[in-house]
Amino acid sequence: MKILKNAVAGTLESSDLFIQIEPDDTELVLEIDSVVANQYMDAIRGAVLETLKEFDVSTGKIFIKDKGALDCVIRARMETALKRGGVEKE
Amino acid sequence: MSKLMGTIREAIEKAGLKDGMTISFHHHMRNGDYVLNMVLEEAAAMGIRDLTINASSIFDIHEPLIEHIKNGVVTQIECNYMGGRVGKAISQGIMEKPVIFRTHGGRAGDMERGASRIDIAFLAAPCADPMGNLSGKYGPSACGSLGYAFSDAMYAKKVVAVTDHLVPYPLQDASIDEGYVDYVVQTEQIGDPARIVSGTTKITRDPVGLRIAGLAAQVVKHSGYLKNGFSFQTGAGGASLAVAKYVEEMMEKDHIKGSFCMGGITGYMVDMANKGFFDTILDVQCFDLKAIESIRENPKHREISAMRYASPAAKSAAVDSLDVVILGATQVDLDFNVNVHTDSNGYIMGGSGGHSDTAAGSKLAIIVAPLIRARLPLIVDRVLCKSTPGETVDVIVTQRGIAVNPRQKELRDRLIKAGLPVRDIRELKKMAEEIAGVPRPVEMGDKVVAQVLYRDGTLLDTIKNVAEI
Repeated sequence: MKILKNAVAGTLESSDLFIQIEPDDTELVLEIDSVVANQYMDAIRGAVLETLKEFDVSTGKIFIKDKGALDCVIRARMETALKRGGVEKE
Repeated sequence: MSKLMGTIREAIEKAGLKDGMTISFHHHMRNGDYVLNMVLEEAAAMGIRDLTINASSIFDIHEPLIEHIKNGVVTQIECNYMGGRVGKAISQGIMEKPVIFRTHGGRAGDMERGASRIDIAFLAAPCADPMGNLSGKYGPSACGSLGYAFSDAMYAKKVVAVTDHLVPYPLQDASIDEGYVDYVVQTEQIGDPARIVSGTTKITRDPVGLRIAGLAAQVVKHSGYLKNGFSFQTGAGGASLAVAKYVEEMMEKDHIKGSFCMGGITGYMVDMANKGFFDTILDVQCFDLKAIESIRENPKHREISAMRYASPAAKSAAVDSLDVVILGATQVDLDFNVNVHTDSNGYIMGGSGGHSDTAAGSKLAIIVAPLIRARLPLIVDRVLCKSTPGETVDVIVTQRGIAVNPRQKELRDRLIKAGLPVRDIRELKKMAEEIAGVPRPVEMGDKVVAQVLYRDGTLLDTIKNVAEI
């Protein structure tokens, strides 16, 4: 599956995250900025990559500003962003 | 004789400011303070270097300090609290000498004992007469209590009052009297009134905060201290105020009349006293306009100095008569040690203030904090900075449960009997980590950027620099 159009999800509130996605046919670009990067960067990256895999998305641009969101929030916001971006789960 | 100086520069010259001296400031102007910045700007312009700043607190408005540090005008800072702006720069290691953190009581106590010497105190005075009788209760920059300024006035070699509201001699209702003051300077404005106090302090509406406050109030109720003569201190934060609200409801229901409430005072505590729940308000600092009005008008509302509030060097202090205090925390560890100096990444963004004074003095010290804050668990193996020793902390209240210090076995039994959700502190830690994941430990650098002194002047902990990633 591919990201078909630009989309956003989430907020910049504490304990939430803001996600922007853009189409890209050739590569996967993942930029994560988090207030808990020191403590949880691996976990955040893991949750994002797993959601992409679930939707079978292997290319696109993903920009994330994380304000300390829990794993379940990251996955939910990712799902919303991808669906808004035209990705459908098979 | 005239004490009146035309400019700050003239007062600095008369007071004899020289390289290497220690000058002091109080923080009742809080984040609206102009005085510290004005004095340092003038000192820098005069070419003075190597100053030690002893300020009861440093706020974000004091950001120009960073330049003065880089330029060698200021080479050491001593304070009881440091906001995040300056704190971050300190944590990045911009100073050679470590910051010395004290507590509110410890700062006054160290001055009393002669362990901390001040060459010149610069006192922001919302109201003054030409001979240096001073008050915080009047004038456009009114801040209410001048509690933290008393020790500076009494023990500094020279005292300069800076005011924007000069009244004819004698200022009737003076807090600090002329006998302590060498010079008086009139300036246009000593602070930004909007940032000196909050308009009103409000109780939180956050459901997690209310849940924590409700549980904390239950702890107070079942601790056995909530009876006639009850004394109480709580902070100005929304959750702390909510505890006061619930405690008030219990006092009303059970017809309990308290003796005194204390601390930084908010309109909420003033209302409680006016409704008859407390006989006396002991006020070391006012947090909002209502508190200022009350300290001016209400004879039950007493201004107290930092010495009277919390000094361990005094024969007794009010904290020694305090039943219950409600306090916050950024981190708590398995030994109940509390960190209020740094954030979870190790950057300085706070300080003890009266935290460890009241924890040590009170019969029951309750920490209220959410179990998880922006994914970060409250409870850790080892706090990044030991601000208040675990021996003085009795109960940790989170929305998911209450941990009681094992030293307080009887209290623990009482709370369990009352049906409160008492958990082992390890269990609370595990609960948070199951929700948020286990955080990777933070690595600090090798350079000591701050020393944390306990209230008796002994070294409690050191804070290292934050290693940039």
